[in-house]
Order: sequence, then structure tokens, then C-alpha cells
Amino acid sequence: MGAYLSRHLQVLIGSLGKLVENPLGTFATVLVIGITLALPAALHLLVKNALVATGGWQGASDFSVYLKMDTEETKARALATLLEARADIASVVLVTADDALAQFAAQSGFGDAIGALEDNPLPHRFNIRPLSGLGVEASALLQEELQNLAEADVVQLDTEWVARLQAGLNVATRVILIAGATFGIGLLVIIGNTIRLDIQNRRDEIEIMQLIGASDAFIRRPFLYTGLWYGLGGGMLALVLLAVMLALLSGPVGQLAGTYGSSWALVWLNWTEVGAVVGSGVALGLAGAWLATTRHMRRIDPT
Amino acid sequence: MIHFDAVTKRYPGGHDALKRINLNIDTGELVFVTGHSGAGKSTLLRLIALIEKPTRGQLLVDQRSTRGISRWALPAYRRDIGMVFQDHKLLFDRSVFDNVALPLVIAGFNHRDIGKRVRAALDQVDLLHKEKQRPVTLSSGEQQRVGIARAIVARPRIVIADEPTGNLDPELSRGIMQLFERFCEVGVTMVIASHDLALIDQMGHRRLSLSQGELIHDTASLTNTQPLFAD
Repeated sequence: MGAYLSRHLQVLIGSLGKLVENPLGTFATVLVIGITLALPAALHLLVKNALVATGGWQGASDFSVYLKMDTEETKARALATLLEARADIASVVLVTADDALAQFAAQSGFGDAIGALEDNPLPHRFNIRPLSGLGVEASALLQEELQNLAEADVVQLDTEWVARLQAGLNVATRVILIAGATFGIGLLVIIGNTIRLDIQNRRDEIEIMQLIGASDAFIRRPFLYTGLWYGLGGGMLALVLLAVMLALLSGPVGQLAGTYGSSWALVWLNWTEVGAVVGSGVALGLAGAWLATTRHMRRIDPT
Repeated sequence: MIHFDAVTKRYPGGHDALKRINLNIDTGELVFVTGHSGAGKSTLLRLIALIEKPTRGQLLVDQRSTRGISRWALPAYRRDIGMVFQDHKLLFDRSVFDNVALPLVIAGFNHRDIGKRVRAALDQVDLLHKEKQRPVTLSSGEQQRVGIARAIVARPRIVIADEPTGNLDPELSRGIMQLFERFCEVGVTMVIASHDLALIDQMGHRRLSLSQGELIHDTASLTNTQPLFAD
């Protein structure tokens, strides 16, 4: 067993040594693998960051409750105090009809025209911020209860755009899966082809090994380890490329977030995702090498 | 040990390389196979090594039909046969030691046993002092001896050699043949294809003569009625 393990280790190191002997060619292959792995991973990072960014906004989506026109201001104030006491509400801001009109006059530029109005056409309004982290069901219940208030006219929860963004991100996630699968097949071909050339270069060696009784597994082993090194190297390089991409983006993104008054920063891959990038590189490297050896060793076999 | 029972080998295109060969080689025998090129010498050896399969007839090695040996069992079968090639078939990217060690590495020997056995084999072919060199730095005769050391290092029960002295001068050829005689004395069955008739006659072992795929003479068979192969 010890001999078996040390033999494997020897082949593992040996195949790495062969790759290092030809640094330029090896680097070119690893670079191609790295870029191919980095592309779907970068897409994934993009979507992940978008989800983190919008996730924060969705939790804070406020209700706007427009009261009926005949509601007295004192009644509205009392109601606001009552609502604020609820466990599922974080804050209630009363915007009276007069405030709303003044705001509108100031912001819209129709000040003079509005001054000509006899009656204020606007109702009193509550801006209600639910408790952060309130679930979808609790949120719907709150909306329903607000709607059932005798004084309430219209309750608005402006989450439609968030829902659309969510759906869009779901599409993007699916696109990543498809892109990942396509690039995965591409990687199999790239690695398989590289190993195929390697096999052709060592054709005589393989034939001799077969003649003196080497099993398929024995002959295949160095090529499998070569594929493993390619995949591992490509996976590591993909991580480096992603880190560089993120570093280049973090400045502009910080500025963008700043304009929204947010200190939100880009999210890096978690350990599972780092493992997935490197792991898929290794798995595809081994699989590509396996396919190439299976296909081409038979052809060399003298029998 | 090796038994040919009406073996015919027909290559694609219809050429019969061997025609109904009947032959028995005992354990520990040293047999020379002679004949012009194209007479079927190489095919005979390739059949024993299972590089080719008989078209008709049966080949038994160690009382076992070679027909039943699957692709998966083939490596284990070949590990029991040492092969010496005319063109040596050495690996030029590794040392003499590593070349000779290859059959042991394949068979899964541990490090210490490999060292001992490789040095013993290299000692037999008188190349112990060149174990660290690459095959390209050796002469043709030395390369051939490396090939022989590799063929015997795993102590196979059968050694087949195809023109092992093809490119060597008479002195070296004799040395290699004497080496083969020594293996034979320890019970290895040797089948050697050669056209060096002068040397073979001197050595006086069993000799098979092939001509156009037929066995026309066998010095072991006293009832042979066919004419002697004329040199």
C-alpha cells in the first residue's frame, strides 16, 4: 500500500515536472482554462452582488397609506401614534395634506398654479416603514390590515420593480448555468485536445509500455495527473483573474454606491464558491484527460 | 510451455504469414527461429507475445489457450514474457536504471526491491557502471544489453528476442547469445529469431527453420521428412 501511494505521488510530481519543463506552453493552456472558468464565475459574482444590493432595498420597501379625504388631521395623528405602537411597524411618518401640497409646490415648479387652488386636493398620508426583516406573509398581512382601517383609502406597496429585478436576476442565474455548462464542455475539449497531443508525442513510449505489460490504468495515470494539474492551475488562475476584476471595479462601484448614499461594497466569493471554481477545474481536467486517454490509447495498442 | 496447434496467421489482404504451424517448446528450452525475412519469424514471436492473434488454430502458453485472454488480462500475461527487440525500444528520456526498472515499476514492486533487482540485471549484462547514463550515450551493443536487462529483470518465464544481434559485430553477438544460454540454464524458456546462422550452428541449440510461413525444418524432430532449409 505504501509502495502504491508513493508510486502515485511520484507520478503526480513527475507529471508536474514535465509541465514545468515547457513553461510557455503550459502557461498558455492554463491561461485558456483560467479564462474559461473565470467567465461564468464573473457572471455569477455580478448577479450575486446585484442580489445583495437589491436584497437590502426590498426589506426596506415602505407602505404609503393615503387616508380618505374627509379624515381630520387630529384623527390622523391619533391613528399614527396607534400604528407606531404595532410590533411589525418600525416607524410611521405623517405627511399632512398641507405639507404634501407645500412639498409638491416646491418640487414641481407649479407653485403659482397651486396657489390658485381653493381646496387642497391632496389627502393626508402615512409613510410606514415595516420592521426590517419582515417576511413576505407578515408583510402581506400588514398591508391587508392597513387596507381595512376605516380611514384608509389606498395602500401602496411599491415592490413591483423589485419583483421585476428579481425575475431578471433569475433569468441571469439561468444564463450563468447555461454558460457554465457550455464553457465546461469547451474546457473538456481544450484539455482533452492538449492531452491528446501529449499522447501523440509519447506514442512510442506508450507502445513500449503496452508491450512490456503495463495496464491501461498505469499508462493513463501520468496523463490523468497532467489533466489534474492543468485544471488546478486553471482554477487558481481563474480566482486571480476574478480578484483583479473585482479590484478594478471596486473604485467605480464605491462611487456609484456613494451617489445613492450607500456604503455598499462588492461581495467576494465565499469558500464554497472558491471550492466550486477550483473543483470544477480539477474535475474537468481529469475528465478531459480520461476521455483523451480512453480514445487514443486504444489506437496505439498494437494488438 | 509453448504449444502451436495448426496455427495459421493471415494478415488483412490475404497474405498468410504462418501456415498451419505445429510446434512444441518445453520449459527451459532455448530455440532459434531462422529463415529469410518475410518467412514468418517475427509473426511467430508476435503471436507468443499476443501482439497478434492466430487466424486459425490454437496457441497454448503454459497449457492455457491464448484465445481466452481478454484485453484486460493481456498486461498481466505480457508481464510474464520478457521481450527483446531489434530496435531496442528504450525510452530515451530516462536513465538506463529507469529503463530497466520499468517492468518492476509496472508490476508494483517496492523501491528497495527495484533497486536490488535492477542492479542484479545490469550486472548480468555488464552495464552496472552505466546505470545513471541516458541510452543515447550508449553504443548500439550497450543499448541492446539494456534492452535485455529490461527483458529479464522481472524474471519472466519466457523471453522472446527478435534479431537481438541484428546490428552487432560477431564478438558482441556471441556475448549476448551466451547471456541467453545462462538464462536458459535457470529455467527460462527462450525463443530467439535470428538469421546469424553461423553463430547458431556454433551454439548447437534447437533450431526451427521457416520458409514462406511454413515450418520446413526442426532439429528436435527426428522424424522430419521435409528437406533441410538451404542456407
